[in-house]
Amino acid sequence: MTTEMLTYLFIGASFALYIAIAIWSRAGSTGEYYVAGKGVHPVANGMATGADWMSAASFISMAGIISFIGRDGAVYLMGWTGGYVLLAMCLAPYLRKFGKFTVPDFVGERYYSQTARVVAVICVIFISFTYVAGQMRGVGIVFSRYLEVDITMGVLIGMGIVFFYAVLGGMKGITYTQVAQYCVMIFAFMIPAIFISIMITGNPIPQLGFGSEVTGTGQSVLEKLNGLSAELGFKPYTDGSKSTIDVFFITMALMVGTAGLPHVIVRFFTTPTVRDARKSAGYALLFIAILYTTAPAVASFARINLLNTVSEASYKDLPGWFSNWENSGLIAWIDKNEDGKIQYTDGHPMAGKPQFTAERGNNGERLVSNTPSAGNNELYVDRDIMVLANPEIAQLPGWVIALIAAGGLAAALSTAAGLLLVISTSVSHDLLKRNLMPGISDKQELLAARIAAGVAVVIAGLFGIYPPAFVAQVVAFAFGLAAASFFPAILMGIFYKRMNREGAISGMVTGLSFTFAYIVYFKFINPAANTADHWWFGVSPEGIGTLGMLINFSVAMVVCHLTAPPPQHIQTLVEDIRVPRGTPSRQPEVQGGTPASHPG
Amino acid sequence: MATPQDPKKAAAAAYWRENIRLLLSLLVIWFAVSFGAGILFVDYLDQFQLGGFPLGFWFAQQGSIYTFVVLIFIYAWQMNRLDHKYHVNEEEDDV
Repeated sequence: MTTEMLTYLFIGASFALYIAIAIWSRAGSTGEYYVAGKGVHPVANGMATGADWMSAASFISMAGIISFIGRDGAVYLMGWTGGYVLLAMCLAPYLRKFGKFTVPDFVGERYYSQTARVVAVICVIFISFTYVAGQMRGVGIVFSRYLEVDITMGVLIGMGIVFFYAVLGGMKGITYTQVAQYCVMIFAFMIPAIFISIMITGNPIPQLGFGSEVTGTGQSVLEKLNGLSAELGFKPYTDGSKSTIDVFFITMALMVGTAGLPHVIVRFFTTPTVRDARKSAGYALLFIAILYTTAPAVASFARINLLNTVSEASYKDLPGWFSNWENSGLIAWIDKNEDGKIQYTDGHPMAGKPQFTAERGNNGERLVSNTPSAGNNELYVDRDIMVLANPEIAQLPGWVIALIAAGGLAAALSTAAGLLLVISTSVSHDLLKRNLMPGISDKQELLAARIAAGVAVVIAGLFGIYPPAFVAQVVAFAFGLAAASFFPAILMGIFYKRMNREGAISGMVTGLSFTFAYIVYFKFINPAANTADHWWFGVSPEGIGTLGMLINFSVAMVVCHLTAPPPQHIQTLVEDIRVPRGTPSRQPEVQGGTPASHPG
Repeated sequence: MATPQDPKKAAAAAYWRENIRLLLSLLVIWFAVSFGAGILFVDYLDQFQLGGFPLGFWFAQQGSIYTFVVLIFIYAWQMNRLDHKYHVNEEEDDV
């Protein structure tokens, strides 16, 4: 069978599976729609969280980025996993005990304020749409690359699938679909990684191969890579280029942002007990860590392969994958010195992204209309090909390539579905039921949630088809805003009983406005000034959420001590969520003595 | 409302104190492996080799992630013990 046939087959089969699961697990009540009836086993919830969390960016782009930035990749690796420690210990168990449906629900109740709830809803919607726009685009790109349909068609197919299981199944449908998507995704990521690790180091476990010797050289992978980099004029792979303070702030912003992302938090509302919520966070990180510890290994192997294959090679002798990816526009070569060989070194080969003309050059390469830059580098390589081209570079059979396509789609669709659900829940539950139309019945609320999900799918699809130019610029927003708004508000809501409405709201508003203003200034108003010299304390816009978070904490502390303490029922609520069992606010807790509370 | 002598209140306060102590000790490790070994002291640690890795690089790209996973499972296990000790575990009479 051809690779294309296999790709259709794999994608078709995986989609049929997702739809079958959606039908089997469709939601009948708001409880099922919002939190899957709180009946999800911790292992299943861990897998679903992994799929929910790992997006097209984790699956396709992360290893590629690390491959090009070497040491600085640690920012993403630690930032996107370390947040789970905060989530597991500081937020998840208490929010599960709180036992409601959404993050704005908690913020609104804990701070006894509709204003706080509305601020939270706006943040949720903003963060989720920022995030989902990239996912839908990712779906379109994967389709167009592997199935040769155009991106619009790809996005429409993706919308149809997400619409079906998010609208019909709600959280219940999404959860079990995500379990399946996790399996597809991890399998698709690991198979090529294992093969390429065997090829380069002889060790089948990529995490170990990463620290082993490159077969036949007596050098470790990293030594080899540093040596190759030095030879070709790149800086050493194990050296970073970001300042320590920036690395510190970015890592912190990503960690805290991860812990504050509403679509991740809400997953911990679905477990049966508080105890399961804790365990589930452990499984979630375990499942995520499988991919996240493999990614830097893949990054280094792919880098060795790339440098060995292209450097000083004559264009005509290059393997087929090179021209395949050149044809899809992700590789471009300008023969500056006209020797027919590829010079690959540090620096940009041309101004901007390659704009191809219809013509071919002397060696058969695709010509570009960009102005060549001054340096010696002749090669443009898109970072995304490091994962996508891996199977081809390693000369793996067609079914592995088909698997990667299915895996990339699973990654993008699962995250998109989780985000769309959070958006629809915020609208139907927090805006309608809790604010505008408190009288509606469970059934009407469910209908509203489905309509909201449908509308959100359409908007997300439009973002995918007509990507607003700012999408790539605002990824830092999602994390920065989550870090500067939700995380402090929730954390203080649990751990600081004295925190009141006035403190929390002023903290969220100042943290949020500060972070927003800083990012907007450097990304939109004055992008030319976006360099370390102009940043405050040397902190880039990617890391500024950390400062926003600190501002949030400080303002909240000052304001809460100038205003009245929260009412007694709120203090009781806080005491209640700190203890896994019972609801003392409604029925006084029986401590110790009764047989019922003494199962052991 | 409850006075400090109230035994229920006192038990809840003791449970919360132990919880906080566990939380803080685990977070110290969390900070030490990631922000400490992976970022602040990375250049110093890079003098040492762990297999094919400079030690600081290993913490930044592999070691801290393994530690995070272990920390959460230790937390879940210790909290279950604490729940039983203070009889606040969710069994039998739970909703």
